[in-house]
Amino acid sequence: MTQPPASVPAVTFQTVTKRFGQVAAVDAVSFDIAPATLVTLLGPSGCGKTTTLRLIAGLEHATAGRILIDGQDVTHLSAADRDVSMVFQSYALFPHMTVMENTCYGLRASGLNKADAEARAADKLRLVGLTGYERRLPSELSGGQQQRVAVARAIVLEPKVLLFDEPLSNLDAKLRRRVRDEIRALQQDLRLTVAYVTHDQEEALAVSDRIIVMSHARIAQDGTPRELYEAPASRFVADFIGNANLVPVALRHADATTGEATIGPLTLRLPHRGVAPGAALLAIRPHALRFGAEGIPARIAHAAYLGSHMEYGVMLEGHDVELFAVAPDIAQPLAAGQAVRVSFDPAGLAVVSG
Amino acid sequence: MMPIAARGWSAAFALAVLALPWFGHEDPVVALFAGEALPLVFLAGDRLWLLPLLVLPAFAQFAVRHDRPRLLVATAAVALAWLCLEGFAINHRGWTWQWLGVIFGGKPTQPALGWGALLYALAATQLAAIGLARQGWCRGDAFVLGAILLILGAILIFVFSPVMTVLISAVRDNNGNFAPAEFWAKFTDRSIWGLECLTGAGSCGAAWNTLALAVVVGLLSTLLGLAFALVALRTGLPLKGPIRLLSLLPIITPPFVIGLALIIMFGRTGFVTTFLYQTFDIPRSRWLYGWPGVTLAQLLAFTPIAFLVLVGVLQSVAPSLEEAAGTLRAGRWRTFRTVTWPLIRPGVANAFLIGFIESMADFGNPLMLGGSFNVLSTDIFFAVVGAAQDQGRAAVLGMILLGFTMAAFTAQRLWVGRARYTTVTGKGDSGVPPPLPLGLRAACYATVLPWLLLTVVVYAIVLGGGFVETIGRDHTPTWKHFLIAFGIDHGVSGWFLSGSAWNSFITTMWLSALSMPLTAALGLITAWLLARQEFRGRGAFEFLTMMSFAIPGTVIGVSYILAFNTPPVELTGTGMILVLAFMFRNMPVGIRAGIASLSQIDKSLDEASLTLGARSWRTFRLVILPILRPAIIAAMVYSFVRAVTSVSAVIFLTTAEYQLATVYIVGRAEMSEYGVALAYSAVLIAVMVGALVLIRLLVGEQRIGRRSANTAETAPVGLAAS
Repeated sequence: MTQPPASVPAVTFQTVTKRFGQVAAVDAVSFDIAPATLVTLLGPSGCGKTTTLRLIAGLEHATAGRILIDGQDVTHLSAADRDVSMVFQSYALFPHMTVMENTCYGLRASGLNKADAEARAADKLRLVGLTGYERRLPSELSGGQQQRVAVARAIVLEPKVLLFDEPLSNLDAKLRRRVRDEIRALQQDLRLTVAYVTHDQEEALAVSDRIIVMSHARIAQDGTPRELYEAPASRFVADFIGNANLVPVALRHADATTGEATIGPLTLRLPHRGVAPGAALLAIRPHALRFGAEGIPARIAHAAYLGSHMEYGVMLEGHDVELFAVAPDIAQPLAAGQAVRVSFDPAGLAVVSG
Repeated sequence: MMPIAARGWSAAFALAVLALPWFGHEDPVVALFAGEALPLVFLAGDRLWLLPLLVLPAFAQFAVRHDRPRLLVATAAVALAWLCLEGFAINHRGWTWQWLGVIFGGKPTQPALGWGALLYALAATQLAAIGLARQGWCRGDAFVLGAILLILGAILIFVFSPVMTVLISAVRDNNGNFAPAEFWAKFTDRSIWGLECLTGAGSCGAAWNTLALAVVVGLLSTLLGLAFALVALRTGLPLKGPIRLLSLLPIITPPFVIGLALIIMFGRTGFVTTFLYQTFDIPRSRWLYGWPGVTLAQLLAFTPIAFLVLVGVLQSVAPSLEEAAGTLRAGRWRTFRTVTWPLIRPGVANAFLIGFIESMADFGNPLMLGGSFNVLSTDIFFAVVGAAQDQGRAAVLGMILLGFTMAAFTAQRLWVGRARYTTVTGKGDSGVPPPLPLGLRAACYATVLPWLLLTVVVYAIVLGGGFVETIGRDHTPTWKHFLIAFGIDHGVSGWFLSGSAWNSFITTMWLSALSMPLTAALGLITAWLLARQEFRGRGAFEFLTMMSFAIPGTVIGVSYILAFNTPPVELTGTGMILVLAFMFRNMPVGIRAGIASLSQIDKSLDEASLTLGARSWRTFRLVILPILRPAIIAAMVYSFVRAVTSVSAVIFLTTAEYQLATVYIVGRAEMSEYGVALAYSAVLIAVMVGALVLIRLLVGEQRIGRRSANTAETAPVGLAAS
C-alpha cells in the first residue's frame, strides 16, 4: 500500500452520533485530527468527550455517521482491528502479568515472536525510564510507574492514533505536572498523533496543539489554546476555559470589526467578533481587573493571600455579581470591605453573545 | 477476508457429514466408531430428505473462500432449520405428525441423531456467527456471537425444550393425543387442591401442602439465619468459626441425610424417643413422619443458606451509618430499628424467597419423612415410578410446581433483586458496628445455641453413625457397615471390589468429574457474556440462563425423561443424560461465581486488551481466565459437589448400569439399613472435602496483588442440591 499524502487527517469524524437508548452521548459531531498533533477533548463530565474517544478506539460503535482513521473507513471495525491504542484512566494493566508481559501483549497479539516483541518492548520501557522493572508485577509499582507502563504498552505498537483517557487523574498534583510535560515531550519527539481527554482546562491548555471543547454531546468550540482563551465562541467556553467573569453589557457596533460595550460609567472599545448588538456578555479574565483611581466604583467583598498572588472577590456598584480577580501585588494587598475603583485590561476582555 | 476460524469451522462442517456417524447408538463411545457417515446412510436407504444436509457444506466452503458473509449465514441457517425440521418430523416410528403422512405418504423412519449431527449443528452455529459478525453484528466480534448462539442453542435444547415437553404432555393423554378434558380433570384433582385438612375430613392437597411448607420453612429459616448472622457478626461470642464451618457442611451433605439422622433420633424407635419413653413415660409416636419432620429437616438443611445470604447482607451495611445514628442520639434499639433493619430488609426478603424455592424443590427430605404428607415434588416421583404409573399426572404436577417456583423466582428477580442498597463503597470504612440491643441479643442466643447443638448432634450421627453397631443403642465401633458398602475381597481371579456400593460410587465420581469442567466452562462463559458484553436481548438471555435455577430437580428429571426418550435426541439410559442434567442444573452456580468475580475486575482491562489488538477469544484466554481463577475453582468445586449430592433430578434418570451414590443411599435408608447408608454418606462427605482440597491445589492460586482470592467462599450462595 502506498503511503497516504500528508494532508490526510489521522482521524476524521463525519457527523457521528452515538445514542445510548434515547440519550445522545455524542450528537452529530464532526472534526479532523491532523497527523503528529495533540488534540484535546475538553469538557465537563457527561459532555460526551470520553464517548468520543471510545468511538475512535472502537470500544463504542457509532449509531450514525462515519469514522475514518488515516483515510480508511473504520466505522464498523472492532477495536482489535483498528490501528489505535489507548492509555486508560485506571491504566488497566493486567494484574497477573509482569511489566514486560504487559508491554509485549499487543505485539504478541499481532503475531510477533517473543524475542522480537521483548526487544521492542525493552526499547520503549527504556524510553519511559523503566529499565530494570521488567520482572515486576503492576501491584509492585507506584502510581506514576504504572502510568508509564501503560504509556509504553500503548506506544510500542506505533499506532496511527494514541488515545489518552484522563491519564493524570490518578496521580497526585505534583506528579501531574511532570507526567503532563513528559507526555507532551514524548508526543513531539516521536511525532505521535494523540487524542487526549481531560476535564482540566489548565492541563488542556498546557499540552494541546488544538482543543475541542464539548458540551452537551456537541462541539462548543474547536481551536488552538490561544483562540479559545482569547476569543471564546460562547459564554460556556469563556466560563469553562480560564474562569472568565461574565458581566452583562450593552453592545453597539462602531464599525465592521469593533464595537462599544457599556458597563456602568465605563465604555470599552473592543472587537465585537460578530456578536449581535444589544444585550451581550463581557467575559473578563480574572487577571484583567485593575484597581486604581478611575473606573467603576466597587467594593472588595473578600480577599485571600495565596503566596504568589492575591485573590479577590469584587462587587461592582450596580451589579449583583461578584467578580473573581487575581492580582500579582502582594506587597500592598487590599482589605475586605475596602472601596476601590475598577478598570479593565483590554487584552483580557472578550464579548460573547448572551 | 474471512477469519482463519471460518476455514476451520467450514472444514468441521464438511467433516461432520463425511467422516462422522450421522445417527446415534445407545453407547456414545461405540457410536463414534460403529455408525455410518451421512453419504453412506443416504446411499443405503431411501432417506431423500437428508440430501439438503449433505450438500450444504459445499455452499459454506464457497462462501468462506469467496468472502460472502450473507451466503454463509443463509447456508448455516438453512442447515440448522432443516436439521430441526426433519429431525422432529420423522422419528423412529414414522411421521411424528400424522397429517404429514397424509400429505407426503410413505412411512420413512430414522433413528436418533449422533455425533455427526452434533458437530454439524455446532459448525453451522459457528459459521452463522462468523457470517453475522462480518456484517457488523456484536461489534464484529465472532467469538462473542458464537458463544451467545452456542449457549442459547444449548439452553433451548436442554432447558427450554424439556420444560415445554412437560407442559405439552400435561395436556395430552398417555397415548399422546390432545386431551384437554383429561388435563382439566388432573389439574383440578382433589389430591392437588383439596382443603379437607382444614375441616378435619382428611388430608389436604399436595399443592397446598407444598405452599404452606414453603412459607413456614422460608420464614423460619430466614429468622434462624438472621439470628445466626447477628450472633456471628454483631456479638462477641467466639462462635464465628464453628458457625461458618457448620454453614458450609450442608453444601457437601446429600440433602436427605439430615432426614435420616432425624429418624435415628426422633423416629418411633429413635434414641431420643426411646429415652423419653423410658425416663418420662412419654409414649412413642410417629409425629416425625409428616409435616413436622419435613419442616425440621428442611430447616436444618436450608438455614445455613439463609445464613450465608444474610451474612453478606449484614456485612454490606457500612458500620459508619450505624455510628452516625449513634452520634445523632439514637439508642441501640432505635438504631437497629431505623437504620440497620431497613437496610437489610431487601436481603431478608431475598433469603425468604430462596428458602421458599428451596423448600418447594426439596425432594429427599419429603421422601424420607413425608409419610402421608404429600408434597408436589414427591408426588411427581410416585406418579412416574409408582404402581399407578401416570406420566400425564407427573407432567401436570410438574407444571404446577414449576408455576410456583417460577413465580417466586420472578418475584425475587424483579422486586427484591433491584431493591438493594449497597452501602459499601470502594472507600475504607473504619467504623465498628455497635453491639446489639440487649433483648435482641438474648433472643438470638436463645435460638442459636439450642439449634447449634441440634445441628452438631445431627452431623455427629451422619459422620459417626456408620461406624458403630447401631447408632443410639449400641455404640461399639465397627467396620461392618463400611465393609458391606466398600469391601475389597480376594477371590479366585484376584482382588475384586465386593462392596455393594462400589458400582454406584465409581459411576458417581466419574460422571461428576466429567460434568465438573463442562459445567464450570458453560457457567463462566455465560457469566462473561452477561457481565461484559452488550447485545440485544441480553435481558431475555439472562432470564433464560438463570431460569434453570428455579426449575425444581424433579421437574428437570421428569422433563428429561419425556423429552429425550425418542429421536431426534435420544439419551435416556446413557451416562450422557446424567452429565447433561448435572451441567444444566448446576450451570447457574458457575454463572453466579463468574459474575461475582467479574464485577470486581475493572472493565477497562478487557478494553485495554482489545485496543492492543487482541480479539475477544485471546482476551478471554489471556486476561479474563487467569484473573478468574478463584471463580473457576469455586465453580468447579460447587458443580462437582452438587453433582455428587443431587438426588431429585437424577433419581429419574439412573439405570442399573448408571446407578448413583445418592440414589443407592436412599434405597438403603428405605430398607432401614441405616448403618450402611450413613457409612456411605460419611465416605461421600470425606471424598468431597478431599476433592475440594485437591482442586484448590491443582488449579492453584495466583498472586495478583490487591485482589484476594476469596470468592470461593462467598460467591455461590445458591440453592443447594435437592
